[in-house]
Amino acid sequence: MSALRSVIDFAIGDAQAEKAVPPTGFTVRLTVFSAAAMAFLVVFALALSLAAGRLADRWGDELARSATVRISAPVEQMAAQTEAALNVLSTTEGVENARALSIDEQRDLLAPWFGSELPLDALPLPQMIEVIETAQGFDGDGLRLRLSGEVPGAVLDNHASWRVPLVSAAGSLRMLGWISIILIALATGAMITLAANAALAANAQVIAVMRLVGARDSYIAQAFMRRFTLRALTGAAVGTVLGGVALLFLPSASEEGGFLTGLGLQGGHWLLLLLIPILAAAVAFLATRLAARNTLRSLT
Amino acid sequence: MVNPIRTIARRVIETARALRHNRAQVCRQTAAGRKGQSLIELDTVAHSYSGGELFNEVSLRLAPGSFHFLTGPSGSGKTTFLKLCYGALVPTSGVVRIFDEDVRQMSRDDIAMARRRVGVVHQDCQFLDHLSLRENLALPLTVSGHEALDDDANLRELMVWVGLTARADAMPPELSGGERQRAALARALIMSPDVILADEPTGNVDWEMSQRLLTLLIELNRMGKTIMIATHDLGLIRAAKNHVQARVLRISGRRLQLAGADL
Ligand SMILES: Nc1ncnc2c1ncn2[C@@H]1O[C@H](COP(=O)(O)OP(=O)(O)OP(=O)(O)O)[C@@H](O)[C@H]1O
Ligand SMILES: [Mg+2]
Repeated sequence: MSALRSVIDFAIGDAQAEKAVPPTGFTVRLTVFSAAAMAFLVVFALALSLAAGRLADRWGDELARSATVRISAPVEQMAAQTEAALNVLSTTEGVENARALSIDEQRDLLAPWFGSELPLDALPLPQMIEVIETAQGFDGDGLRLRLSGEVPGAVLDNHASWRVPLVSAAGSLRMLGWISIILIALATGAMITLAANAALAANAQVIAVMRLVGARDSYIAQAFMRRFTLRALTGAAVGTVLGGVALLFLPSASEEGGFLTGLGLQGGHWLLLLLIPILAAAVAFLATRLAARNTLRSLT
Repeated sequence: MVNPIRTIARRVIETARALRHNRAQVCRQTAAGRKGQSLIELDTVAHSYSGGELFNEVSLRLAPGSFHFLTGPSGSGKTTFLKLCYGALVPTSGVVRIFDEDVRQMSRDDIAMARRRVGVVHQDCQFLDHLSLRENLALPLTVSGHEALDDDANLRELMVWVGLTARADAMPPELSGGERQRAALARALIMSPDVILADEPTGNVDWEMSQRLLTLLIELNRMGKTIMIATHDLGLIRAAKNHVQARVLRISGRRLQLAGADL
């Protein structure tokens, strides 16, 4: 509560202190502009990270726990081999459930390629077995060995070969997004430090007079910190709103579009945007405080 | 006969005292409780800039209620001496104590608090050029956390007293040299400080005004304020000696000497 109180006091500020430090002109306008630009970029980096994260989770989740056993065998052995494979699977640790796909299901799977009128009975199709793993998963190599011993026509495909690179690509993309956000925050801090140093240097005489008549460092620093913090907050709020509006105009997620159209924010993630101006304000607060402390220490 | 300056000065002090910061008040009371001790003390102090040593083995105690003049040729180190007294400089060797605290041991906040109890009239005045004269005079109150003072009676009286009422809304660059000096004196007094250090406070004003400012300082001294004035103006010192027991110090040959009967 008292923390909130002090934040409010800080924002309202001391009109007299504010007046004692002359207007800092262009440095302040630069701060507003850069904070806005940085916030705009953060909105996209955030959307990218979150979308990549969603993708990685979905691919990881949906695919990680399913695998397929495909049995290619002469028609007369098909039933026996299927039976044998199911037996092996039912005694394999890490397999939650294994089920041979019915002829209709197989037809549905092939329909996109061959149309639904395909006379499947007439074709020597392999039999598919859908395997659902437990959370721990099974040992793919061990299972492959056992299957090759007992079911010569069985091939295990646990999707890992194409899933792993996709999930790791999505993971890298997410990481890249977060790194961008951190870099933007650091760049904002550096930029505000430069602006604050310029403002402090331009006001060295004013600061010296204030010190001479008994102003404490914290009083002087406060005037600068408040100014830069509020400007960064304002700029970042504008940049965030613009970034958010731009996101709204991106095409929404759809099955066909895949990744690119899923770039928007979903649900509660919109609330994360509120954090951007607050983060910018916090960065400005710390950067200005550091700059003010360093400058003030060099004065008597 | 009622002395109008005395009346005004007393009122100034009373209202300023009422306005003062709590902590400063507490400090003042403790200082008063230790009467006989020095407010500012220099003990075998030496100071040198990169250019060379200005003085050494300087010792002085400013006892409460004392009145000192500090004189010496231009460049002898009067301003430097005063800066040592309000903690703007740390001596190259020796010890400076302000209100019984060694300047070297004082934090930056301690120095700031001490400056609220030492009114300084700077030789070059030092105003904030973007604030009006009135706001400049109120600056010591502002930075020590007092509320807005636009209608403050105390401030108004101080301005009447240094003859600047008509210039209250002027900006410092528009003021004449003498007006700036009077304003600097008023600013030094606004906090009703225990000690007043004035560096050439009459350098730019006419004889009549310099007598008026001197009378004010003498009145403040009679009320118990400790005063030190750095000046070249021997006429001012002679005029003062008729009204107040003042010690005259001279910086000469890198030493601080008590000036003799030649004054
Ligand atoms: N910051 C500084 N760095 C180096 N030298 C300085 C500095 N300030 C003052 N000096 C030198 O120290 C000497 C004493 O300066 P100071 O201002 O104390 O003299 P002063 O007695 O007040 O002179 P005046 O009567 O002209 O005001 C001068 O020679 C001056 O050039
Ligand atoms: Mg001088």
